[in-house]
Amino acid sequence: MSAEAGTRTTRITATPGGVGDTPLRPDGTLKVTGEFAYASDLWHDEMVWGATLRSPHPHARIAGIDITEALTLPGVFAVLTAADVPGENAFGLEHADQPVLASEFVRYEGEPVAIVAADHPETARRAAQRIRVDYEVLPAVTDPRRAMDADAPAVHRPGNLVRHLTLRRGNPDPKAPVVVSLDFEVGMQDQAFLGPESGLAVPGDDGGVDLYVATQWLHVDQRQICLALGLPPEKVRLTLAGVGGAFGGREDLSVHVHACLLALRTGKPVKMSYGREESFFGHVHRHPATMTYEFGAERDGTLVYAKANLLFDGGAYASSTAAVVGNGGTLGLGPYRFPSVAVDAYGVFTNNPPCGAMRGFGCVQAAFAHEALMDELADAVGVDRVEIRQRNGMREGDVNITGQVIDSAAPVAELLQIVRDLPMPPPLDPSDIRALPGAVGNTTHGEGVVRGVGYAIAYKNVGFSEGFDDYSTARVRLELTGGEPVATVHTAAAEVGQGLITVEQQICRTELGVERVVVHPKTTGVGSGGSTSASRQTYVTGGAVKAACESVRAVVLERAAALLGRSAGELRLDGEKLLGASGEVLLGLGDVLGTEAVEETVEWRHRPTHAIDPETGQGNAHVQFAFSAHRAVVDVDVELGLVKVVALDSAQDVGKAINPDAVVGQIHGGSAQGMGLALMEEMVVTDGHVRNPSFTDYLIPTILDMPPMQVQVLEYADPHAPYGVRGVGEPPTISSGPAVAAAVRAATGKALHRVPIRPEHITGT
Amino acid sequence: MRVTTTVNGTEQHVDDVWPGESLLYMLRERMGLPGSKNACEQGECGSCTVYLDGEPVCACLVAAGQAIGREVTTVEGLAAGGALHPVQEAFVECGAVQCGFCTPGLVVAAHDLLERVPRPSDLEIREALAGNLCRCTGYEKILDAVRLAADRQVRA
Repeated sequence: MSAEAGTRTTRITATPGGVGDTPLRPDGTLKVTGEFAYASDLWHDEMVWGATLRSPHPHARIAGIDITEALTLPGVFAVLTAADVPGENAFGLEHADQPVLASEFVRYEGEPVAIVAADHPETARRAAQRIRVDYEVLPAVTDPRRAMDADAPAVHRPGNLVRHLTLRRGNPDPKAPVVVSLDFEVGMQDQAFLGPESGLAVPGDDGGVDLYVATQWLHVDQRQICLALGLPPEKVRLTLAGVGGAFGGREDLSVHVHACLLALRTGKPVKMSYGREESFFGHVHRHPATMTYEFGAERDGTLVYAKANLLFDGGAYASSTAAVVGNGGTLGLGPYRFPSVAVDAYGVFTNNPPCGAMRGFGCVQAAFAHEALMDELADAVGVDRVEIRQRNGMREGDVNITGQVIDSAAPVAELLQIVRDLPMPPPLDPSDIRALPGAVGNTTHGEGVVRGVGYAIAYKNVGFSEGFDDYSTARVRLELTGGEPVATVHTAAAEVGQGLITVEQQICRTELGVERVVVHPKTTGVGSGGSTSASRQTYVTGGAVKAACESVRAVVLERAAALLGRSAGELRLDGEKLLGASGEVLLGLGDVLGTEAVEETVEWRHRPTHAIDPETGQGNAHVQFAFSAHRAVVDVDVELGLVKVVALDSAQDVGKAINPDAVVGQIHGGSAQGMGLALMEEMVVTDGHVRNPSFTDYLIPTILDMPPMQVQVLEYADPHAPYGVRGVGEPPTISSGPAVAAAVRAATGKALHRVPIRPEHITGT
Repeated sequence: MRVTTTVNGTEQHVDDVWPGESLLYMLRERMGLPGSKNACEQGECGSCTVYLDGEPVCACLVAAGQAIGREVTTVEGLAAGGALHPVQEAFVECGAVQCGFCTPGLVVAAHDLLERVPRPSDLEIREALAGNLCRCTGYEKILDAVRLAADRQVRA
């Protein structure tokens, strides 16, 4: 990677293991030896197991539930239904519209109806099967277009519309000499994190409960659990258990309330852990989308207007659908300059599986459409596909389609140029079939194989938008332990594998100049860290840790000043020493700390965002924008429709790489997930039933599917963000898939307006 | 039933095993060895890879009773005397670990590859690890780690 390419890099004083360095993850050794405790690894004396009975129907009325047979099975401790929920039988990220356990209706296949605690997981599952539920099957609405009809069955009262975002800007009746349009469809993607939903609930002596769980936001979980249990927050204490990936799929509750209910009822610790099939039913997915786009342009390719209609299938409950629509509507035309715009974005209820957050959040679906259409516009006006993007690409100072000024770097043209100029992979070598489409399936020795190259650019908001109070809390303590200064950083911000704990340590080292930094377990014993989503934690929790360190440092300097009889302004803290104005050592940090620790807690906010105008969609909706570009090279066996991705190279502006190795790791992994959606990943849902809830039938990229990836990183500091950082995690997932799809179109000459692209779409059979 | 099996070099007796339990369940829930991971429990993801009499297998597809009288080596048994095995060391150093849920299985699979093929080509690494799913890394740094471990082992 090249950190030199950006010329406005923030220079940070080099502290070993600090900001800009690449210290190793503090949990790395535990993870390679098998000692790291993931949520599904937890164990407790007297622990029993929970299991969930789920609806087999996409839509039905529950006429009755008989738990007698389940209760009589030896080893069963409790069987609970909706009647046993002590608080409100409702939860939800934005709207509490989803029952903890279904009472009157089930609205999707897999909706939880009853829960069981037993001495063995198999006993619990068998007991669940003995629960008799009397269902009256109801007509299901499973086509999101049909859901918008006035006479469609209503999934919820008053109707099936979750949100309709309208965005209007510029000329309401624009004309252009060149007009291109398309319809595009994106299938339902699953996060497919490898660590299944799991948690351990331990009943407390005070009538409360301690929950150890894999999640993305402890405090939003706590709020929902308290509502359902009818308990105050001090009686519902959460600790983050080891998280085996998240990608959005752990924003909504899964085992949380169920495990707590069973623990409180049985008085025993209860562990719940889903198998892979249940996991496919146990979390929300990426919204499938159907989109219609039209671009108008001058004959030289300069964009004049865009019209877009996006429809997101939210499934049976609201989850974060409204925010996904917000992103799709406000960002869904890509990082281009459009004088006139008309966008309508809809999210609707259906009886399909609920959809919510997944990496890229509303921008992923839209990017497939806007990037496919940019290629078609390029071809229509006879301009190179990269060049047309560069000419129309956003620059710093431009106004985006919601009227917001892009007030930090927007290197669209440069990112595209970088990926175009990266070395190309070697030409097709038919001598080793392992490198060909179909590989050891021995389907070709090179005949019928065509190479294609595709490009894409995308952008995404970082942090929560549209006026959300998006803050994080950090507590930093500095003290002498065994005679050495040690910093302890405590946030509730979830580490899900991305490396936030490493970043927290790095910031403490840079700000306090200490080598040893302990990361406190993530708990609700400190204020909210906000969600580990929207690429926001390095920015927001990083900002909170930095601010807490600054407060600690100020106290240390005050104390030192008092000891020395000087003013704090003359002193600075560096390398565990207090230095005077000319760098002379005045005191050791240990002399200042003595036996009295310094501890500060800070709640930190980024610049506020604002709601958009309900009629025009105008407003400063977002706090920061992050840009990435991809170039994909594919070999396609056009006779069989088999695709081998040969290269997937990218460039991204990260503002400031706090940990450059971890940044590249995020870009690699994000690129893989985008590629998966382009070529293989789809939850197949017919008539409301999921047809492929397994890793046998839902395919994610293997090491054989992934090509080598070159990554170039720009560091154009955002002057509004701590250290200049820009969120990293999501942009690569947005631009990689459209680049792969474009490469397949280039190889095949087919329009391919649906992803994932299947072999039959290529062969036409 | 009672299962007597040798795990990581020590013969052990496990009582009250239900015959339907997998080797993975027995290791994780009855023997205090949760290092082998339960990502799919259907033989698709490789996260539970262990050695059974020296052969890498998915522990989720082996019945607990099939381990009777046999030798099992898990990820917990690879690091000798507290020192990381070179494959483990390379995974940490190369950033091949993010969430880490796939890591134990990949470490065992990579360990097995380098036992058989000390200097694998990239294509050989890819073939050998094709049964191990990772959702975080895109596999680039996993390839780096296996190359680094191979280099170090060949030199040592």
